[in-house]
Amino acid sequence: MYDQLLYGIEAAINGLMTGVMYSLVALGFVLIFKASGIFNYAQGVMALFGALTLVGIQSGQVPFAGLINAIFGTNIQNFGWELPAIAAIILTIAMMILFAWMVERYLLKHLINQEPIILFMATIGLAYFMEGVGDLMWGSDIKKIDLPIPQGINNTIDSLTYDWFGYGFYIDNLDITASVLAIILVVTLTIFSQYSSTGRALRAVADDHQAALSVGISLRSIWVIVWSIAGFIALVAGVMWGAKSGVQFSLSLITLKALPVLMLGGFTSIPGAIIGGMIIGVGEKVFEFVVSSSWFGDAMGFTMNATENWFAYVLALVFLVFRPQGLFGEKIIERV
Amino acid sequence: MKFKKLTAIAVSALVAASPLMANELEFPSISYRTGPFGANGAEVADGFSDYMTLLNERDGGIGGVRINAEECETGFNAEKTVECYEATKDSGALVYTPLSTAATYQLIPRVTADQIPLLSMGYGRTSVSNGDVFPYVFNFPANYWTGASVIVNHLLDINGGSLEGKTIALAFHNSAFGKEPIRTLEALGEIYGFDLTLLPIDSPGQEQKSQWLQVRREKPDYVLLWGWGVMNQVAIQEAANIRFPMENLIGVWWSGSDNDVIPAGDASNGYKAVTFHNVGTDFPVFDDIQQYVVDAGLAAGTGENVGTILYNRGLYQAAILAEAVKVAQARSGVADITAEMMRDGMENLVINDEIMEAVGLKGFGPNFTVSCADHGGPGLGAIQQWDAASQSWSLITDFIEPDMEVIQPLIDADSAAYAAENGIETGRCN
Repeated sequence: MYDQLLYGIEAAINGLMTGVMYSLVALGFVLIFKASGIFNYAQGVMALFGALTLVGIQSGQVPFAGLINAIFGTNIQNFGWELPAIAAIILTIAMMILFAWMVERYLLKHLINQEPIILFMATIGLAYFMEGVGDLMWGSDIKKIDLPIPQGINNTIDSLTYDWFGYGFYIDNLDITASVLAIILVVTLTIFSQYSSTGRALRAVADDHQAALSVGISLRSIWVIVWSIAGFIALVAGVMWGAKSGVQFSLSLITLKALPVLMLGGFTSIPGAIIGGMIIGVGEKVFEFVVSSSWFGDAMGFTMNATENWFAYVLALVFLVFRPQGLFGEKIIERV
Repeated sequence: MKFKKLTAIAVSALVAASPLMANELEFPSISYRTGPFGANGAEVADGFSDYMTLLNERDGGIGGVRINAEECETGFNAEKTVECYEATKDSGALVYTPLSTAATYQLIPRVTADQIPLLSMGYGRTSVSNGDVFPYVFNFPANYWTGASVIVNHLLDINGGSLEGKTIALAFHNSAFGKEPIRTLEALGEIYGFDLTLLPIDSPGQEQKSQWLQVRREKPDYVLLWGWGVMNQVAIQEAANIRFPMENLIGVWWSGSDNDVIPAGDASNGYKAVTFHNVGTDFPVFDDIQQYVVDAGLAAGTGENVGTILYNRGLYQAAILAEAVKVAQARSGVADITAEMMRDGMENLVINDEIMEAVGLKGFGPNFTVSCADHGGPGLGAIQQWDAASQSWSLITDFIEPDMEVIQPLIDADSAAYAAENGIETGRCN
């Protein structure tokens, strides 16, 4: 039984860490929703696009090479350089800012003061558009991220816990890195949102577009800023998830892991995205550990596996019954 | 007036195009180059398309009739695959290769009704190898059950002929595809005395921490990987993370591509997978591919995929189907064959060294024959291993025979159940 307790604790700690990885995706959603009231369906594709761009720029890949070759009969693939990681990151961030400007210029500008559902539908279209452009720009092959991101079991934790408990806990260095990054992002974003004039302007825009405009806030500038920051967060999420699986088009599906986090943590709370992610992560990992264990099977006469995908949503729904706005979301009061 | 003019132009165009269409061998290529599985789908599609292009450019087609292998993009969506099928089946389609188990399940009743052959090479419903029940569906030269058996036979070889007391975990895609080998492995476990642990992983498989923590706790001797797409890359990375011996992680052929091992870098060194065809480009056909297709600017992709595992699989599939066309042409005496003639060709297909040498692929795959009753072939498979330093696969065994005495009763039982459920009369092969 002592063994099982240790295994359960290990599963819970890994759940916490995995939850932080979910939160990295959820953060981008929260930021855009908080600032503009838009549920950005394209957030997962933005993570994919950011990671694709980073790898493409770093490895010297010629963007739209396939298209260029098809039109002009050439055979160019690569510029022949390998950029340092920091230069590639800076250029990718610049690309995400350009992307944010284009979203505002060609999409959102035309939808000011529209119903949220219209804006949501626009982001669905944006997701498909970006996926296609990403494919044309960088190709559909799986790419390895060439950044010094630590991966694999953390030996210090393994040996320390072995000395203490007689069983070494498995914690992935990638998850630890993601947790540190998430903490930095949350602290920075919270301070920015609460204490800077731009942050307050973001929240004003979220409350009411027309009212914000009437007090002199430039809605278009705010949207560019918000989408740029969300693009940066998407890049971080894409890199962390891409480090695990390679950068590939299934990265866009990580959105599915962020949705229950948002439902639970609330769509408007930055700390909520982290706490929600942790609750979902721990919940799904501990539930899976319990229901797949032999002692559960002995007691109940059956075991269950592969529960994580649906359990996350069930857990989020249970929270919704008691707090429809999520744990940390702003309570919606509408006069009738 | 304008409408009449347009109609006249359209009719003229159709009339002008008809003779061309009638004189082509139609191979609708159901492919997926986009979406979450696009990286894998593109390589298979490139191999298939490039081989067909080679036949057109070098030989003028097959038997003097050019090939049309136009692609229909599905994004690995079974419903879209059915749409592609419905849109192309009346074009004179000779055979379909849907490259998806889920789509294959949906197409089996349709192709049977429409009398168009379907080849699910190394995927799909395993029991279709009973040609008596599935007259239009083929899955030669290997299927999931023979693949599982070949892996077990390899493990027997490296364990002195005994797996008594060993534990084998099956990390599988939680879908019809992933569940296919379970029955076979359970039956083989009873015979050889190993314990089987099941580790289902929900699609797409980006998050597998629970499953690999379980592997770390329970320490199975071997883990078999039955995945597709991102599930494979994550599984190999997670296995490396928990320091599971990579040579004890063995994938099915859909978990053994270059795409699966490259993201994990050096950590994937030593990873194994079962395969039903050879690896690399050390075959004469690749020189022709380079000369007539890639250098001529006619490659389906950039040419970079030539020689990858999945490219080779697409090419092998095209080569085998081309041989079936030759058999069909010889048996019918008609160059521009029909789907029914193609089925006859596939049912009488013989692949041997002589035939494979003639097409520059000697030793690329096992020799096999197909018959009315046996649409599956012998199910031979070899084990390939990844060398991260040289970034290449190599075969580390010969082609190994599966335990057909175990598998055949399972095929018979499953196909008999299908026949009973669907009211299919059997006995056409007696």
